[in-house]
This record gives sequence, C-alpha cells and structure tokens, in this order.
Amino acid sequence: MSGDARAGVLGRMWSISVNVVVQGLLTGLVYGLMALGLSVIFGVVRVVNFAHGELTVVAMYSAFLLFQTLGLDPLLASIPIAAAFFGLGYLLQSLLINPFVGRPEHEQFILLVGLAILIVNGLLMIFGPDARPVSLAYGFDSYLVGPLILDKVRVFAAVAALTFACGLFAFFHYTRTGTAIRACADNLLGAAVVGLNVKRLYALTFGIGLACVGAAGALMATIADAAPGLASAYTLLAFTIVIIGGLGSMAGALLGGVLIGVSEALAGFFAAPSMKSMFSFALLIAVLVLRPQGLLGRRA
Amino acid sequence: MSALWADTPPRGRVLAALLLAAFLAAPLFADRYLISVLILVLYFAYVGQAWNLLMGFAGQLSLGHALYLGIGAYVAAALWIHFGVGPWLGVFAAIPIAALGGAFIGWLGWRFSIEGVYFALLTIAFAEFTRIGFDHWDFTGASAGFFLPIGGEAAAQWWNLGGGPLLFYYVALALATGAAALTAGLRRSALGYRWLAVREDAEAARALGINVFRARMAAMLISSSMTAVAGVFYAFYYRNLFPAQVFDIGRSIELILAPIIGGLGTVFGPIIGALILTPLGEALIAATERLGLDAPGTKAVFYGLALMVIIWLRPNGVWPWLAGVLGIRSKDR
Repeated sequence: MSGDARAGVLGRMWSISVNVVVQGLLTGLVYGLMALGLSVIFGVVRVVNFAHGELTVVAMYSAFLLFQTLGLDPLLASIPIAAAFFGLGYLLQSLLINPFVGRPEHEQFILLVGLAILIVNGLLMIFGPDARPVSLAYGFDSYLVGPLILDKVRVFAAVAALTFACGLFAFFHYTRTGTAIRACADNLLGAAVVGLNVKRLYALTFGIGLACVGAAGALMATIADAAPGLASAYTLLAFTIVIIGGLGSMAGALLGGVLIGVSEALAGFFAAPSMKSMFSFALLIAVLVLRPQGLLGRRA
Repeated sequence: MSALWADTPPRGRVLAALLLAAFLAAPLFADRYLISVLILVLYFAYVGQAWNLLMGFAGQLSLGHALYLGIGAYVAAALWIHFGVGPWLGVFAAIPIAALGGAFIGWLGWRFSIEGVYFALLTIAFAEFTRIGFDHWDFTGASAGFFLPIGGEAAAQWWNLGGGPLLFYYVALALATGAAALTAGLRRSALGYRWLAVREDAEAARALGINVFRARMAAMLISSSMTAVAGVFYAFYYRNLFPAQVFDIGRSIELILAPIIGGLGTVFGPIIGALILTPLGEALIAATERLGLDAPGTKAVFYGLALMVIIWLRPNGVWPWLAGVLGIRSKDR
C-alpha cells in the first residue's frame, strides 16, 4: 500500500470515528436529560426511582400517540408531555411515595419495582410488544458541517435537551422555590426548622424529575422506536449515567449522559451493537471503584 | 435444626412440623401441575433464604444475585455437556467459582466503602456485564442458548439429576429445608450476632472490635455459594439456558421479592413470601385466562399491583405480623 493510500484509509477511519463520536454525543445529551430527572429525585427526596426507564417509555408512547393522532412533532410535544409528567410526578410523590420517604431502601424498592412492573406490562397490554416508530418527514435529513454528517433529528433533540437542562438549572439557582428545594437536599432538618413545607417540596421535586423524564422521553421518540422492552434498559442506563456523573450534580448527569452516549456509539461501531452496554457497565464499575462519588460529585 | 427448635415456642414447632409434613406428603395428593408450582415455591424459598443472609442479616443490598445463579447454572451445564461431569460433582466446581465472583464484588465494594444504593448498583453492573459477556461466548452457546439433552439415558438417571418432577421436588424440598436450618443455625452463632451488629450500626460494630469487612465477606461467600447451588438446580430442571433469562436483572429482582414480602432478616420470611407470591402469580394466570384477558402482560400488571399493596400494608413483611396472629412469639424477630 502506498503512503497516500494509507493516509487516505486512516483519514477515512478518522472522519468516521469523529462522526460516530458526535452522534453519540448528541444522543448522550438526551440520555443526560433523562438521568437528570433521576439525579434530582435522588438528590432531594433520597428515593431511588426504579421506575425511571418505564416512565421514560410512557413518555415515548405519549409522543408517538400525539404524533399519530394530531400529527404533532415530538419536539413540540415534549412541552405538553413534560407538563403532564410534572403533574403525574407531583401526584405520585404526594399519594404514593411520601409515606415511604425515610423508610428502609428495600421497602421503597419494592414499591417502585411494583410500579415499574405495572407500567411496563400495562404498556405491553395496550400497545403489544412491537416497536412503534415516529416517522418524521425530516427523519433522514442531515446537515453537512465540514467532514461531519449530523442527523437533523439528533441535532434538534440534543439542542432541545440542552435547553430543558439549562431551564432547570436556572430554576434551581434563581428562583425561591428552587433554592428551597436545594435547601432540603443540603440540610433536611434545617429546611424543616426554617419552616419549609418539605412534603410539598418533595412532591414538586418528583414532579420536576418526571418533567425531565417526559421531555427526554418525547425527544427520545425521535431517535429510538418506543417499545416496552426498552424500559428496564433505560432504568439501568439512567442509573449508570447518574453514578458516573455524580449523584446530585446536574452538570454531572449531562456529562455522564454524553460519556455513555459516546461509549455506546463507539462500542456499537467498533465492537457489536449488542455489546454496547457492556462498555457502559465497565465504565460504571471503573468509576464506582476509582471515584465512587462520580466524576463531578461531592464526597458525601 | 436444633437451634431453630430451641428458639421456637411449642405452637410454632407444631406448625413448622405440620408444614414440613404437608410438603413431604404433597406428592401423594398433588397432580403434575401442582407439583411444578410447589417446586417453584421451594426454589424461591431457597434462593430467597440465600439472599436474605446477605441483606436481611448482614444488611447489604444485592440486586445482582442472578450473577451467582447464572454462574452456577452455566458451570454445571458446561461441565456436563463438554466434559461429561455430572451435577453432583459439578456443583462443587460451581460453588467456588460463584463464591469467587461474590468475593471479588464484595472486596471491590467494601474496600472502597461503596454501600447502600451504590453497592446495589455495583452488583447490577457485574451481573449485566456478565450477561452480555455470555451472550457473546460461543463455548456456552452465546445468545442462541445452551441446551442439556432431553430424553436419552442420562436424562433419566437420578444420579445425574435427571428424571421426573418428583426427583426435583424432593431435591428442592431438601434444599429449602436445609437452607432454613442453616439460616437458623447461623442466626444463633457468633457470626450471626456479628452480622446483626454490623447491619444495625457498622461504626459501632467496628468500635466493638468486630471486623466489619470480614463479617460482610462471610455473608457474601455463603450467600453466593448457596445461590450457585440453586443455579445448578435451575440448569438441570429447565435444561435450557439463555443469558438473557438467567443473568437478567428480572431474575435478580424476582428472587428477592419473597424474603422482602415475607419478612427480611427472619428465618420463615422467605418461606412465607414464596408461599404467597408463587401461588399468587399462578392464580393470576388462571384468573386472567378465565376472564378472557389474554393480552400479554395482564398477569404481571396485577402482580405489580399486588406487590405495591402488600408493601403498603405490611412494610415489615408478612411473617412478623403472621407470627403475632398465630401467637408464635418467637425470638426470630
């Protein structure tokens, strides 16, 4: 092989790799938004939402139904779905989960696993096991930026996810309610002493966490086809991301999402698509052992 | 067994003896279907007991016990298929390998003080990692499955764990009874008291001079070894293995339901939990079929609902409440 040809092959490999990384990065931002919901809920309410992926898939089906019946683009549908999920989260926390706050982990676990089983099989009953795609008119369009080929849907979804995350960040840092919620996370006793209504703030937090799930699920519907089988994989994905990024750190959830997105994309391309989560779990194990508080987490 | 006996008040002894006698005599009355349900009850009582040792006594939440189950199943099946080594010998290879896996996870986790939810996630991560690994390992059939021969001479030899449902029923009964006796014995041992101290307050236990790491590791070794034995049973009972089923997170979750619903950290909890949950699942199948609700998932919807209702009503599990109702004030919490 001549030097020129070798440089050509290397160059092509290089540009393919960069494309794969960028695709993973865009998907990873949507993952990050989903994981952000888990992180917010755990950071404040101290309850691990074992039904996180199941609820994400419910949001995906909601986006699918809105697209099918009203022709609503999931990008737009993400706003009403996030709002509806906020309400759902508020109700779930006030009616179901509040009595379990502060109880042993395994009791919360059974409650939420029961909910997860209920949801995923309810979806199976209603929609069946087949994947439901949202086929957008611009589904196969892409932007050409230099050597990069960017899927339009992924770019839109990533930008929307980033916007939601920034909005959430602003809420937590610049509003009184957001500050009050952070106070509950930092010092529960202190928050109660200064007269914050902790139960109501918990309900708000769970609502906000599920709003993230609703938005992320709607955006995810443009990238992946809704199917009940995705649910438990998404729950594990959200856990992995949050632990890697650092529980309670909002930037950490996004960073973890991007890392997992890129690692999945690279593994899917260079190894086999069915092996992609193996690399995520290897990453998780490495982080747990080397830096248990996560990349951007604070030591508890 | 004697420790279990000494701790139980007379009425409890009578009830325990009646339960055991009922199980021993069940094949005289039960049809094939009922036997298969009872095998599942005993299987869940057994693995639940194994998991209960780690969580209920040593206080460490594992959500990855499918790992030890799968290792046990695959080691015994691979030895049988590739080398002709029978399960009664194979189990002695399966136990140390699964225990080694458990020890590695425990060492990684507890050395770096990864506890609670984080430790649970570590166990999930290892189980999932292994599942995908086995999905791609051709030596054990990869994702296409690994099959033990059905029919033929060897499949009917009881000494190779082949035969009818009765064989598996009595093996499962022996395992479940043995596990309950072992748990009761351990609970009264010095190690058992160390576990309880570590579970309630690891710092205080350490201050008392208890080696917390070693106590937890002992629980992990026993628990993973016992689960590996269940894996061998699983492999030879079902005679087909798929990584997506054996190592699945769902497998890890289903085996911890019975002890939690029955009562964590009690000897009878896993048994009572299995006696409630397995027949509940079967009854739901029958009921949904009779009502003509044959959409997939119908049964599981009600199952999920039932879990939520039970944990809502009896957060400590059914056994502590049931023991009160039956007037068995046992020291077994």
